[in-house]
Amino acid sequence: MNLLRFFVQNHTEVLESIRGHLWLVGWSTLFAMLIGVPLGILIAHRTQLGQPVLATANIIQAIPALALFGFLLPVPWLGARADRLAILALTLYALLPIIRNTYAGIRGVDAAVVEAGRGMGLTESQLLFQVELPLALSVIISGVRVAVVISVGLATIAAAIGAGGLGEFIFRGLAMVDNRVILAGAIPAAILALLADFGMGWIEKRLRPQ
Amino acid sequence: MIEFRDVSYNVNGIQVLSGLNLRVAPGEILVLLGRSGSGKTTTLKLVNRLVSPSSGQVLVNGAPNDQVDVIRLRRGIGYVIQEAGLFPHFTVARNIGLVPKIEGWPEERIRARVQEMLQVVGLGPDLALRYPHQLSGGQRQRVGVARALAADPAILLMDEPFGALDPLTRDELQREFTLLQRRVHKTVVFVTHDLREALRLGSRIALMEAGKLVTVLTPNEFVKSPDPWASAYVRAFGDGLESAANRGTS
Repeated sequence: MNLLRFFVQNHTEVLESIRGHLWLVGWSTLFAMLIGVPLGILIAHRTQLGQPVLATANIIQAIPALALFGFLLPVPWLGARADRLAILALTLYALLPIIRNTYAGIRGVDAAVVEAGRGMGLTESQLLFQVELPLALSVIISGVRVAVVISVGLATIAAAIGAGGLGEFIFRGLAMVDNRVILAGAIPAAILALLADFGMGWIEKRLRPQ
Repeated sequence: MIEFRDVSYNVNGIQVLSGLNLRVAPGEILVLLGRSGSGKTTTLKLVNRLVSPSSGQVLVNGAPNDQVDVIRLRRGIGYVIQEAGLFPHFTVARNIGLVPKIEGWPEERIRARVQEMLQVVGLGPDLALRYPHQLSGGQRQRVGVARALAADPAILLMDEPFGALDPLTRDELQREFTLLQRRVHKTVVFVTHDLREALRLGSRIALMEAGKLVTVLTPNEFVKSPDPWASAYVRAFGDGLESAANRGTS
Protein backbone atom coordinates (compact mmCIF):
# COMPACT_ATOMS: atom_id res chain seq x y z
CA MET A 1 0.00 0.00 0.00
CA ASN A 2 1.24 3.39 -1.06
CA LEU A 3 -0.18 5.23 1.89
CA LEU A 4 1.28 2.86 4.44
CA ARG A 5 4.69 3.14 2.79
CA PHE A 6 4.38 6.92 2.90
CA PHE A 7 3.68 6.78 6.64
CA VAL A 8 6.64 4.50 7.26
CA GLN A 9 9.00 6.61 5.18
CA ASN A 10 7.87 9.85 6.82
CA HIS A 11 7.12 8.61 10.31
CA THR A 12 9.35 11.12 12.10
CA GLU A 13 7.66 13.98 10.35
CA VAL A 14 4.18 12.56 10.97
CA LEU A 15 4.93 12.02 14.66
CA GLU A 16 6.37 15.51 14.90
CA SER A 17 3.15 16.90 13.38
CA ILE A 18 1.00 14.91 15.78
CA ARG A 19 3.04 16.30 18.65
CA GLY A 20 2.61 19.83 17.27
CA HIS A 21 -1.10 19.22 16.84
CA LEU A 22 -1.50 18.02 20.41
CA TRP A 23 0.50 21.02 21.59
CA LEU A 24 -1.99 23.41 19.98
CA VAL A 25 -5.05 21.46 21.16
CA GLY A 26 -3.67 20.89 24.68
CA TRP A 27 -2.80 24.48 25.46
CA SER A 28 -5.93 25.93 23.88
CA THR A 29 -8.17 23.50 25.77
CA LEU A 30 -6.38 24.28 29.01
CA PHE A 31 -6.75 28.04 28.50
CA ALA A 32 -10.37 27.65 27.44
CA MET A 33 -11.09 25.70 30.63
CA LEU A 34 -9.28 28.26 32.78
CA ILE A 35 -11.43 31.02 31.29
CA GLY A 36 -14.61 29.15 30.44
CA VAL A 37 -15.29 27.28 33.68
CA PRO A 38 -15.07 30.37 35.94
CA LEU A 39 -17.15 32.35 33.41
CA GLY A 40 -19.75 29.58 33.33
CA ILE A 41 -19.86 29.52 37.14
CA LEU A 42 -20.22 33.30 37.20
CA ILE A 43 -23.15 33.41 34.80
CA ALA A 44 -24.83 30.48 36.53
CA HIS A 45 -24.95 32.61 39.69
CA ARG A 46 -25.49 36.01 38.04
CA THR A 47 -28.02 34.99 35.45
CA GLN A 48 -28.42 38.52 34.07
CA LEU A 49 -24.86 38.14 32.70
CA GLY A 50 -25.72 34.86 31.01
CA GLN A 51 -27.29 36.30 27.89
CA PRO A 52 -24.43 38.68 26.91
CA VAL A 53 -21.66 36.20 27.74
CA LEU A 54 -23.22 33.31 25.85
CA ALA A 55 -24.10 35.58 22.92
CA THR A 56 -20.48 36.79 22.69
CA ALA A 57 -19.15 33.23 22.76
CA ASN A 58 -21.70 32.33 20.11
CA ILE A 59 -20.57 35.15 17.82
CA ILE A 60 -16.92 34.10 18.18
CA GLN A 61 -17.96 30.58 17.31
CA ALA A 62 -19.64 31.86 14.16
CA ILE A 63 -16.51 33.55 12.75
CA PRO A 64 -14.99 31.30 10.07
CA ALA A 65 -11.72 29.85 11.35
CA LEU A 66 -9.58 31.04 8.47
CA ALA A 67 -10.94 34.57 8.89
CA LEU A 68 -10.23 34.56 12.64
CA PHE A 69 -6.63 33.49 12.05
CA GLY A 70 -6.38 36.29 9.51
CA PHE A 71 -7.84 38.91 11.89
CA LEU A 72 -5.38 38.00 14.62
CA LEU A 73 -2.34 38.01 12.36
CA PRO A 74 -1.55 41.77 12.69
CA VAL A 75 -1.72 41.71 16.54
CA PRO A 76 1.90 42.54 17.57
CA TRP A 77 3.01 39.99 20.22
CA LEU A 78 0.73 37.27 18.90
CA GLY A 79 1.54 37.67 15.26
CA ALA A 80 5.23 37.18 16.03
CA ARG A 81 4.70 33.47 16.56
CA ALA A 82 2.14 31.51 14.62
CA ASP A 83 1.58 28.91 17.34
CA ARG A 84 0.62 31.57 19.91
CA LEU A 85 -1.86 32.95 17.49
CA ALA A 86 -3.29 29.53 16.69
CA ILE A 87 -3.60 28.69 20.39
CA LEU A 88 -5.49 31.94 21.00
CA ALA A 89 -7.86 31.31 18.11
CA LEU A 90 -8.49 27.71 19.20
CA THR A 91 -9.04 28.90 22.78
CA LEU A 92 -11.72 31.31 21.59
CA TYR A 93 -13.48 28.54 19.69
CA ALA A 94 -13.36 26.16 22.63
CA LEU A 95 -14.95 28.70 24.98
CA LEU A 96 -18.57 28.33 23.91
CA PRO A 97 -19.10 24.63 24.68
CA ILE A 98 -17.20 24.93 27.96
CA ILE A 99 -19.03 28.04 29.17
CA ARG A 100 -22.38 26.71 28.05
CA ASN A 101 -21.96 23.33 29.71
CA THR A 102 -20.58 24.77 32.95
CA TYR A 103 -23.56 27.09 33.07
CA ALA A 104 -26.02 24.30 32.28
CA GLY A 105 -24.33 21.88 34.67
CA ILE A 106 -24.48 24.24 37.63
CA ARG A 107 -28.00 25.42 36.87
CA GLY A 108 -28.99 21.78 36.62
CA VAL A 109 -27.99 20.93 40.20
CA ASP A 110 -31.15 20.20 42.19
CA ALA A 111 -32.18 23.49 43.80
CA ALA A 112 -33.37 21.64 46.91
CA VAL A 113 -29.91 20.19 47.45
CA VAL A 114 -28.28 23.61 47.14
CA GLU A 115 -30.83 25.14 49.45
CA ALA A 116 -30.35 22.35 51.98
CA GLY A 117 -26.61 23.03 51.91
CA ARG A 118 -27.10 26.75 52.32
CA GLY A 119 -29.58 26.18 55.13
CA MET A 120 -27.07 23.98 56.93
CA GLY A 121 -24.56 26.79 56.94
CA LEU A 122 -22.24 26.02 54.06
CA THR A 123 -20.48 29.15 52.83
CA GLU A 124 -20.92 30.07 49.18
CA SER A 125 -17.48 28.70 48.33
CA GLN A 126 -18.13 25.45 50.22
CA LEU A 127 -21.39 25.14 48.29
CA LEU A 128 -19.56 25.69 45.02
CA PHE A 129 -16.65 23.31 45.61
CA GLN A 130 -18.38 20.61 47.63
CA VAL A 131 -21.83 20.57 46.08
CA GLU A 132 -22.29 22.43 42.81
CA LEU A 133 -19.04 21.63 41.00
CA PRO A 134 -18.93 17.92 41.89
CA LEU A 135 -22.54 17.50 40.80
CA ALA A 136 -22.01 19.49 37.60
CA LEU A 137 -18.67 17.89 36.77
CA SER A 138 -19.83 15.33 34.24
CA VAL A 139 -21.78 17.99 32.31
CA ILE A 140 -18.75 20.30 32.37
CA ILE A 141 -16.49 17.48 31.14
CA SER A 142 -18.90 16.75 28.31
CA GLY A 143 -18.50 20.40 27.27
CA VAL A 144 -14.72 20.00 27.35
CA ARG A 145 -15.12 16.87 25.27
CA VAL A 146 -17.00 18.77 22.57
CA ALA A 147 -14.37 21.53 22.72
CA VAL A 148 -11.48 19.07 22.30
CA VAL A 149 -13.06 17.33 19.34
CA ILE A 150 -13.75 20.68 17.64
CA SER A 151 -10.19 21.83 18.38
CA VAL A 152 -8.58 18.72 16.91
CA GLY A 153 -10.43 19.43 13.66
CA LEU A 154 -9.89 23.19 13.66
CA ALA A 155 -6.21 22.90 14.52
CA THR A 156 -5.58 21.52 11.04
CA ILE A 157 -6.39 24.99 9.72
CA ALA A 158 -3.66 26.49 11.91
CA ALA A 159 -1.15 25.22 9.36
CA ALA A 160 -2.48 27.91 7.00
CA ILE A 161 -0.69 30.51 9.12
CA GLY A 162 2.33 28.31 9.65
CA ALA A 163 1.53 27.07 13.14
CA GLY A 164 2.34 23.45 12.32
CA GLY A 165 0.27 20.43 13.25
CA LEU A 166 -1.25 17.82 11.01
CA GLY A 167 -2.72 20.51 8.77
CA GLU A 168 0.78 20.89 7.25
CA PHE A 169 0.31 17.62 5.38
CA ILE A 170 -3.19 18.53 4.31
CA PHE A 171 -2.20 21.90 2.88
CA ARG A 172 0.96 20.47 1.30
CA GLY A 173 -1.02 17.62 -0.22
CA LEU A 174 -3.58 20.06 -1.60
CA ALA A 175 -0.80 22.09 -3.19
CA MET A 176 0.91 18.98 -4.58
CA VAL A 177 -2.41 17.40 -5.61
CA ASP A 178 -1.24 14.28 -3.79
CA ASN A 179 -3.91 12.39 -1.88
CA ARG A 180 -1.35 10.38 0.07
CA VAL A 181 0.02 13.54 1.65
CA ILE A 182 -3.47 14.84 2.45
CA LEU A 183 -4.37 11.54 4.09
CA ALA A 184 -1.11 11.53 6.06
CA GLY A 185 -2.53 14.56 7.86
CA ALA A 186 -6.23 13.77 7.75
CA ILE A 187 -6.12 10.20 9.05
CA PRO A 188 -4.08 10.89 12.20
CA ALA A 189 -6.27 13.97 12.84
CA ALA A 190 -9.42 11.86 12.59
CA ILE A 191 -7.93 9.20 14.88
CA LEU A 192 -6.92 11.86 17.41
CA ALA A 193 -10.46 13.26 17.37
CA LEU A 194 -11.95 9.81 17.90
CA LEU A 195 -9.50 8.99 20.69
CA ALA A 196 -10.20 12.31 22.40
CA ASP A 197 -13.93 11.74 22.10
CA PHE A 198 -13.68 8.23 23.46
CA GLY A 199 -11.31 9.15 26.29
CA MET A 200 -13.30 12.16 27.43
CA GLY A 201 -16.51 10.16 27.14
CA TRP A 202 -15.05 7.55 29.44
CA ILE A 203 -14.04 10.18 32.02
CA GLU A 204 -17.45 11.80 31.75
CA LYS A 205 -19.22 8.52 32.44
CA ARG A 206 -17.01 7.79 35.43
CA LEU A 207 -17.83 11.19 36.92
CA ARG A 208 -21.57 11.10 36.33
CA PRO A 209 -23.40 11.13 39.67
CA GLN A 210 -25.89 8.34 40.20
CA MET B 1 -36.31 31.04 71.57
CA ILE B 2 -37.67 32.23 68.24
CA GLU B 3 -39.79 35.30 67.86
CA PHE B 4 -41.32 37.01 64.85
CA ARG B 5 -42.04 40.69 65.39
CA ASP B 6 -44.31 42.36 62.87
CA VAL B 7 -42.68 40.49 60.03
CA SER B 8 -43.74 41.15 56.47
CA TYR B 9 -42.22 39.82 53.31
CA ASN B 10 -42.91 40.96 49.76
CA VAL B 11 -41.30 39.73 46.62
CA ASN B 12 -41.87 41.50 43.29
CA GLY B 13 -44.74 43.46 44.79
CA ILE B 14 -46.52 40.35 46.02
CA GLN B 15 -47.27 40.19 49.72
CA VAL B 16 -46.13 36.74 50.82
CA LEU B 17 -46.34 37.44 54.55
CA SER B 18 -47.87 40.31 56.43
CA GLY B 19 -47.79 41.41 60.04
CA LEU B 20 -46.60 38.13 61.47
CA ASN B 21 -46.23 38.02 65.25
CA LEU B 22 -45.36 34.68 66.73
CA ARG B 23 -43.24 33.18 69.49
CA VAL B 24 -41.83 29.70 69.59
CA ALA B 25 -41.06 28.51 73.12
CA PRO B 26 -37.97 26.45 73.97
CA GLY B 27 -38.55 22.72 73.64
CA GLU B 28 -41.89 22.92 71.86
CA ILE B 29 -42.89 21.69 68.44
CA LEU B 30 -44.64 24.54 66.74
CA VAL B 31 -46.45 23.36 63.64
CA LEU B 32 -47.06 25.82 60.83
CA LEU B 33 -50.19 24.52 59.17
CA GLY B 34 -51.63 25.88 55.96
CA ARG B 35 -52.26 25.44 52.30
CA SER B 36 -49.66 25.76 49.57
CA GLY B 37 -48.84 29.43 49.21
CA SER B 38 -50.03 30.34 52.70
CA GLY B 39 -46.53 31.50 53.63
CA LYS B 40 -45.56 28.70 56.00
CA THR B 41 -42.33 27.73 54.24
CA THR B 42 -41.36 31.39 53.95
CA THR B 43 -41.93 31.75 57.68
CA LEU B 44 -39.63 28.79 58.30
CA LYS B 45 -36.90 30.19 56.05
CA LEU B 46 -37.02 33.52 57.85
CA VAL B 47 -35.58 31.76 60.89
CA ASN B 48 -32.32 30.66 59.24
CA ARG B 49 -32.28 33.67 56.94
CA LEU B 50 -32.75 31.83 53.69
CA VAL B 51 -35.30 34.61 53.42
CA SER B 52 -34.89 38.11 54.86
CA PRO B 53 -37.97 40.04 55.95
CA SER B 54 -39.05 43.17 54.08
CA SER B 55 -39.96 44.67 57.42
CA GLY B 56 -40.02 43.55 61.02
CA GLN B 57 -37.60 41.42 62.95
CA VAL B 58 -36.90 37.77 63.60
CA LEU B 59 -35.26 36.99 66.92
CA VAL B 60 -33.36 33.78 67.45
CA ASN B 61 -32.05 33.07 70.95
CA GLY B 62 -33.04 36.59 71.94
CA ALA B 63 -31.03 38.38 69.27
CA PRO B 64 -32.24 39.74 65.94
CA ASN B 65 -31.00 37.14 63.47
CA ASP B 66 -29.74 39.72 61.01
CA GLN B 67 -27.19 40.93 63.54
CA VAL B 68 -25.32 37.67 63.83
CA ASP B 69 -23.09 35.99 61.28
CA VAL B 70 -25.43 34.14 58.95
CA ILE B 71 -23.15 31.08 58.66
CA ARG B 72 -22.90 30.77 62.47
CA LEU B 73 -26.66 31.23 62.73
CA ARG B 74 -27.38 28.44 60.25
CA ARG B 75 -24.92 25.97 61.72
CA GLY B 76 -26.74 26.32 65.01
CA ILE B 77 -30.07 25.42 63.40
CA GLY B 78 -30.90 21.99 61.99
CA TYR B 79 -32.72 22.02 58.67
CA VAL B 80 -34.72 19.14 57.23
CA ILE B 81 -36.63 19.40 53.97
CA GLN B 82 -38.92 17.21 51.94
CA GLU B 83 -37.05 14.43 50.12
CA ALA B 84 -34.36 15.21 52.69
CA GLY B 85 -32.18 17.25 50.28
CA LEU B 86 -29.32 14.84 50.84
CA PHE B 87 -26.17 15.34 48.81
CA PRO B 88 -26.37 12.61 46.17
CA HIS B 89 -22.58 12.40 45.77
CA PHE B 90 -21.90 11.96 49.50
CA THR B 91 -22.27 8.74 51.43
CA VAL B 92 -24.72 8.62 54.32
CA ALA B 93 -21.80 9.08 56.72
CA ARG B 94 -20.53 12.16 54.90
CA ASN B 95 -24.02 13.62 54.70
CA ILE B 96 -24.55 13.22 58.41
CA GLY B 97 -21.05 14.36 59.30
CA LEU B 98 -21.06 17.43 57.09
CA VAL B 99 -21.74 20.18 59.61
CA PRO B 100 -19.40 18.64 62.24
CA LYS B 101 -16.74 18.44 59.53
CA ILE B 102 -17.03 22.04 58.37
CA GLU B 103 -17.09 22.99 62.04
CA GLY B 104 -13.67 21.36 62.29
CA TRP B 105 -14.42 18.42 64.57
CA PRO B 106 -11.65 15.79 64.67
CA GLU B 107 -12.25 12.78 62.37
CA GLU B 108 -12.59 10.34 65.25
CA ARG B 109 -15.30 12.39 66.91
CA ILE B 110 -17.19 12.80 63.63
CA ARG B 111 -17.13 9.06 63.02
CA ALA B 112 -18.45 8.33 66.49
CA ARG B 113 -21.12 11.01 66.11
CA VAL B 114 -22.27 9.58 62.77
CA GLN B 115 -22.69 6.13 64.33
CA GLU B 116 -24.54 7.63 67.26
CA MET B 117 -26.87 9.58 64.98
CA LEU B 118 -27.62 6.52 62.84
CA GLN B 119 -28.67 4.72 65.99
CA VAL B 120 -30.76 7.67 67.17
CA VAL B 121 -32.80 7.64 63.97
CA GLY B 122 -33.07 3.84 63.92
CA LEU B 123 -30.71 2.99 61.08
CA GLY B 124 -28.11 0.22 61.07
CA PRO B 125 -24.40 1.13 61.13
CA ASP B 126 -23.96 -0.71 57.82
CA LEU B 127 -25.85 2.05 56.03
CA ALA B 128 -23.08 4.57 56.66
CA LEU B 129 -21.26 3.80 53.43
CA ARG B 130 -24.29 3.76 51.16
CA TYR B 131 -25.28 6.58 48.86
CA PRO B 132 -28.69 8.28 49.12
CA HIS B 133 -29.99 6.67 45.91
CA GLN B 134 -29.39 3.26 47.49
CA LEU B 135 -31.84 4.03 50.32
CA SER B 136 -35.61 3.88 50.57
CA GLY B 137 -37.58 7.11 50.98
CA GLY B 138 -38.05 6.48 54.67
CA GLN B 139 -34.35 5.79 55.19
CA ARG B 140 -33.41 8.96 53.33
CA GLN B 141 -35.70 10.98 55.54
CA ARG B 142 -34.16 9.43 58.64
CA VAL B 143 -30.73 10.37 57.34
CA GLY B 144 -32.05 13.89 56.79
CA VAL B 145 -33.09 14.09 60.44
CA ALA B 146 -29.77 12.59 61.57
CA ARG B 147 -27.87 15.14 59.52
CA ALA B 148 -29.85 18.00 61.00
CA LEU B 149 -29.20 16.76 64.55
CA ALA B 150 -25.52 15.90 64.06
CA ALA B 151 -24.03 19.13 65.37
CA ASP B 152 -26.59 19.16 68.20
CA PRO B 153 -28.38 22.41 67.33
CA ALA B 154 -30.96 23.75 69.78
CA ILE B 155 -33.38 24.54 66.97
CA LEU B 156 -34.73 22.27 64.27
CA LEU B 157 -36.55 23.53 61.19
CA MET B 158 -38.54 20.89 59.33
CA ASP B 159 -40.25 21.61 56.03
CA GLU B 160 -42.76 18.85 55.26
CA PRO B 161 -40.10 16.27 56.11
CA PHE B 162 -42.50 13.32 55.90
CA GLY B 163 -44.62 14.68 53.05
CA ALA B 164 -43.32 12.41 50.30
CA LEU B 165 -43.54 9.15 52.24
CA ASP B 166 -46.11 6.40 51.95
CA PRO B 167 -48.69 6.43 54.78
CA LEU B 168 -47.19 3.53 56.71
CA THR B 169 -43.65 4.87 56.66
CA ARG B 170 -44.93 8.34 57.48
CA ASP B 171 -46.84 6.97 60.46
CA GLU B 172 -43.72 5.17 61.65
CA LEU B 173 -41.51 8.21 61.32
CA GLN B 174 -44.01 10.48 63.04
CA ARG B 175 -44.20 8.10 65.97
CA GLU B 176 -40.44 7.80 66.22
CA PHE B 177 -39.98 11.51 65.90
CA THR B 178 -42.31 12.08 68.85
CA LEU B 179 -40.24 9.66 70.92
CA LEU B 180 -37.00 11.22 69.73
CA GLN B 181 -38.19 14.69 70.66
CA ARG B 182 -38.87 13.52 74.22
CA ARG B 183 -35.18 12.70 74.48
CA VAL B 184 -33.58 15.59 72.66
CA HIS B 185 -35.97 18.47 73.51
CA LYS B 186 -35.24 20.60 70.49
CA THR B 187 -37.17 23.70 69.67
CA VAL B 188 -38.88 22.62 66.50
CA VAL B 189 -40.69 24.56 63.81
CA PHE B 190 -42.50 22.07 61.63
CA VAL B 191 -44.25 22.90 58.35
CA THR B 192 -47.06 20.71 57.07
CA HIS B 193 -50.37 20.89 55.26
CA ASP B 194 -51.54 17.69 56.91
CA LEU B 195 -53.80 18.41 59.88
CA ARG B 196 -53.49 14.88 61.19
CA GLU B 197 -49.71 15.26 61.31
CA ALA B 198 -50.05 18.67 62.94
CA LEU B 199 -52.32 17.33 65.67
CA ARG B 200 -50.10 14.38 66.26
CA LEU B 201 -46.76 16.16 66.51
CA GLY B 202 -47.50 19.74 67.46
CA SER B 203 -47.31 21.28 70.92
CA ARG B 204 -49.12 24.15 69.27
CA ILE B 205 -50.47 24.67 65.78
CA ALA B 206 -50.13 27.99 63.99
CA LEU B 207 -52.68 28.12 61.23
CA MET B 208 -51.75 30.25 58.26
CA GLU B 209 -53.82 31.47 55.36
CA ALA B 210 -52.83 33.80 52.52
CA GLY B 211 -49.73 35.16 54.21
CA LYS B 212 -51.38 35.80 57.53
CA LEU B 213 -51.34 33.99 60.83
CA VAL B 214 -54.96 33.05 61.52
CA THR B 215 -54.64 31.58 64.99
CA VAL B 216 -52.35 29.59 67.29
CA LEU B 217 -53.96 26.72 69.17
CA THR B 218 -53.02 23.51 70.95
CA PRO B 219 -54.14 20.32 69.19
CA ASN B 220 -57.03 19.88 71.62
CA GLU B 221 -58.21 23.42 71.17
CA PHE B 222 -57.83 23.13 67.43
CA VAL B 223 -60.31 20.30 66.92
CA LYS B 224 -62.95 22.17 68.94
CA SER B 225 -62.16 25.62 67.64
CA PRO B 226 -65.05 27.73 66.32
CA ASP B 227 -62.60 29.62 64.14
CA PRO B 228 -63.92 29.29 60.56
CA TRP B 229 -60.53 28.41 59.06
CA ALA B 230 -59.70 25.88 61.76
CA SER B 231 -63.11 24.23 61.57
CA ALA B 232 -62.88 24.14 57.78
CA TYR B 233 -59.68 22.19 58.19
CA VAL B 234 -61.21 19.84 60.74
CA ARG B 235 -64.19 19.21 58.46
CA ALA B 236 -61.94 18.54 55.46
CA PHE B 237 -59.99 15.93 57.37
CA GLY B 238 -63.08 14.27 58.76
CA ASP B 239 -63.39 11.67 61.49
CA GLY B 240 -60.83 10.32 63.87
CA LEU B 241 -59.04 13.58 64.56
CA GLU B 242 -59.96 13.66 68.25
CA SER B 243 -57.85 10.61 68.91
CA ALA B 244 -54.93 12.17 67.05
CA ALA B 245 -55.22 15.26 69.21
CA ASN B 246 -55.48 13.20 72.39
CA ARG B 247 -52.31 11.20 71.76
CA GLY B 248 -50.68 12.70 74.85
CA THR B 249 -53.42 11.80 77.32
CA SER B 250 -54.27 8.26 76.30
